[in-house]
Amino acid sequence: MKALHKLIEERVKPNFTGDGKLKRFWVVFDALETFLFTPGHTTAKGVHVRDGIDLKRTMFLVILAMVPALLFGTWNIGHQYYLSLGDITTADPWNAMLLDKLLVGAIKVVPLIVVSYATGLGIEFVIAGINGHAINEGFLVSGMLIPLIMPVDVPLWMVAVATAFAVIIAKEVFGGTGMNILNVALTARAFLFFAYPKQMSGEIWIHDVMASKTGGVLADGYTGATALGHLANTVGQPVGGEVSSGVMSMFADGGMFSLMNCFIGLIPGSVAETSALAALIGAAILIWTGIGSWRIISSFIVGGLVMGVIFNALALNAYMTIGPVHQIVMGGFMFGAVFMATDPVSAAQTSTGKWVYGFLGGFFSIMIRVFNPAYPEGVMMAILFMNVMAPTIDHYVVEANVRRREKRLSAAIA
Amino acid sequence: MSTETATAVAPKKESLFSKKNRRLLTDPLDDSNPITVQVLGICSALAITVQVQQAVIMSLAVLFVMIGGNVIISLMRNIIPDRIRIIVQLVVIASLVIIVDEVLKAYSPDISEKLSVFVGLIITNCIIMGRLEAFALGNKPGPAMLDAVGNAMGYAWILLAVALVREVFGSGAISFPGMGQVKFLPESWFMANGGFYENNNLMILPPMALITVGIIIWIQRSRNQGLIEEN
Repeated sequence: MKALHKLIEERVKPNFTGDGKLKRFWVVFDALETFLFTPGHTTAKGVHVRDGIDLKRTMFLVILAMVPALLFGTWNIGHQYYLSLGDITTADPWNAMLLDKLLVGAIKVVPLIVVSYATGLGIEFVIAGINGHAINEGFLVSGMLIPLIMPVDVPLWMVAVATAFAVIIAKEVFGGTGMNILNVALTARAFLFFAYPKQMSGEIWIHDVMASKTGGVLADGYTGATALGHLANTVGQPVGGEVSSGVMSMFADGGMFSLMNCFIGLIPGSVAETSALAALIGAAILIWTGIGSWRIISSFIVGGLVMGVIFNALALNAYMTIGPVHQIVMGGFMFGAVFMATDPVSAAQTSTGKWVYGFLGGFFSIMIRVFNPAYPEGVMMAILFMNVMAPTIDHYVVEANVRRREKRLSAAIA
Repeated sequence: MSTETATAVAPKKESLFSKKNRRLLTDPLDDSNPITVQVLGICSALAITVQVQQAVIMSLAVLFVMIGGNVIISLMRNIIPDRIRIIVQLVVIASLVIIVDEVLKAYSPDISEKLSVFVGLIITNCIIMGRLEAFALGNKPGPAMLDAVGNAMGYAWILLAVALVREVFGSGAISFPGMGQVKFLPESWFMANGGFYENNNLMILPPMALITVGIIIWIQRSRNQGLIEEN
């Protein structure tokens, strides 16, 4: 390893520095070098307190926290696929056809990840080259999050278009990593949601469900809709009516979307969002390493619970009668709370601001999904909305602090 | 109200296409573009750029109102009392817009229907009012006409560029007044027919018009750094 490093330092690097032949590609070399080796840069002037954790390690730890969700999601794609075909039943042990499930999942997930990274990093390299910036690792997490919040069968070119849109319009326009107003991964998903609604909502959440349906091999009770999609059908229907009670029976104990199934994630949905358990393991890693804000995660969950309790008390339609705990383990709520809302760039920066930001995010997530059946996944909208509001929240928190200190000062003088 | 102020004194007689007057024609296309630089008339740029044919008709309507308004106000500039000049301008613009509206209703009712209120809203298009106030009130009819053509063209090319992007990617088609909408992508490409392609629905929604205009502004300012505001 040392010999390799020495070879690169002495033979390869001079080509890119000073008047070397390849100096135009310095940014590319620099990015790869700092990615593979610890950068040798030190602070030139003054005294700085520095932590060993740099941007690259931060990003890497977030990706590590996503691994449980990713692995579970990969398995679940296969699990849902074979369930929908009737090849296995819900009573089968977890490891029935384990390798087949993982294989089906991997065939769908790996291309998504490759396309997302190739597009996003390609654009980052080109823009950094044009602007003469150093390429940094900001896209590593976004590039991983994007495939995790896609439907299984989304065409790859759509993922590429959405990634390009998100990287250019949501990030590079504002000045690159650390300057974006909106969460990049959610922007990609919102883009797809509005641009290609047919591929992003409805009964598409199980691999090949349309082919199974036309082929007549779809098992009873499987439609390819998510829990939220089913629930959206009950809006406007009388409580206890035929449609509502039919849907609600799926959410009772032993039903397809029982509390336990939703918590573990044995339900159709985006690639890795279904499992609240896997998201909570990720949350534990993020909080333990100090990377994710525990304030945002916990207040987000509390916000969702509060809205759930309010809806329970109102109980105007079948959707509102779903228990608050059940509400927050469905859909992408937990995944959003742990990996999206905590994005350190687009979230609120002040501690008090984080409480407000998280609480309102969770609150609106549940509110949007119940009030507007056209947007079954309210979490995406709620977090993007709170991203936009975050600077305002911070502004008032800082102002309040200034006023408090002014008051204290004038009291001390008087 | 606008960036250019009236050049009131013009003592020497100069030809209509002198260098200074030619700039009246070319400046609004780029350096002082009404949409991308002065940020006027944005509402209509967002609303009627779903199809190229609507954008073409809208541009022609604005061109007509603009030339008419500028020339008429310029001719009357010495007799309009200063206090009621805005009302006079409004009356002139409104009469011209009504003419446009009636002609459209008579000769192409379907496009008139698609443009709906936006023809009437030309009255409130800030570009027209801005040019009357800033230029026509202080200049002779000749230069006033050139200024009108320049600004209307500056408005038109942005509208057409945005409409082209939105229609090609949003509907997979291209349209022009008189030939209707032509879908140039083969039907077998679309997912409904087993293909791989799908039109981008976001392009049809207004936010994408905003983003497209934003991208044009971005390209323009990276080419012409002098336009970048200091903050």
